[in-house]
Amino acid sequence: MNTCIKPKPRLCCGYGCLVVIGFSLIFSATPFAHAEYGDIVINNFSDAAGMRPPIFPHWFHRIRFRCKVCHVDLGFKIKAGGNKINMAKIISGEFCGACHNGEVAWSVENCDLCHSAQLGTPTQVHKNTLQTLIAPIGAKQ
Amino acid sequence: MQNIFFVIVIVSLFADVSSRIVCAAEPLKGASQEADPNRFNRLLLPKEKRTPALEYDGIHDPANRGITILQQPRNAFKPLAVGKGGNYVDWVKSLDEKKIRPIFSLRDKTETPMLLDLDIVREVKGSMPDVVYPHRQHTEWLDCSNCHPAIFIPQKGANPMSMTEIILGEKCGVCHGKVAFPITECRRCHSKPKNIKRIRQQETSSSK
Repeated sequence: MNTCIKPKPRLCCGYGCLVVIGFSLIFSATPFAHAEYGDIVINNFSDAAGMRPPIFPHWFHRIRFRCKVCHVDLGFKIKAGGNKINMAKIISGEFCGACHNGEVAWSVENCDLCHSAQLGTPTQVHKNTLQTLIAPIGAKQ
Repeated sequence: MQNIFFVIVIVSLFADVSSRIVCAAEPLKGASQEADPNRFNRLLLPKEKRTPALEYDGIHDPANRGITILQQPRNAFKPLAVGKGGNYVDWVKSLDEKKIRPIFSLRDKTETPMLLDLDIVREVKGSMPDVVYPHRQHTEWLDCSNCHPAIFIPQKGANPMSMTEIILGEKCGVCHGKVAFPITECRRCHSKPKNIKRIRQQETSSSK
């Protein structure tokens, strides 16, 4: 009976290792970013604080709001990283906090939903003209 | 005998998992495509890779639990009008056809924008067709104060600009090439054919 049970942990361990190797292979196979056009990465303070930088998906928000709502009413300057947003401002209802307050949209305790970029991703408008000109989308970098 | 049996089990598991890895990695790697140096659209992103899942898009951290909750762009774009560049969504058409209903004001969700149906024609240098700037499509999304007077002085002829400026993110390039349709869609702006006869007449009269 004992010999029957013995190999089990060995098997699980081997399987787990393979899964880990498999995942690392899959993710290493994407050397360049294909994220959506207009995705904004804001990395004013996040890296220094050891937090993943937030990604703002324009595509998601423009399905639900016209540009004017944020870029006039909420005072977002049309400049990636140009608004110096921090969590204190958001909690007091400025910028993202105008909606992300648990009333209009989910609240600030869901850190991971915004702070979702890989550490070290610089502030950018993803796939903006200059990015695509200097390195064509399919080109290896 | 039992040891041999378990070796077989482990080997078969390895084969199973490795085949899964290959299956999952195949659409990303495209090894067979890269092998052919003369394949079509060598520098273009293939259609199936255009709207990737968040975990494979290269800027989201796949280790972040949050992305399992976030909406996938491919799902959101399914009901929308298809476009040529950017998100591969025609946002203006989607709005006109009421496939999306973005709100205009947080205070009053029924508020509708005040539309201005005024086309501005800009005669351009060179051989490209003239530019028609439609206020209507822009006032659907924006307020006058988004553009006037900081980006464009509201006066005819007061806003000289060049494609270089636009590529560098000035003037129209503040939005076009970042969020609104990219500048690769030349003919959406350069849409009014030039009056060749009139240009020739002007040329001949000026040379006399």
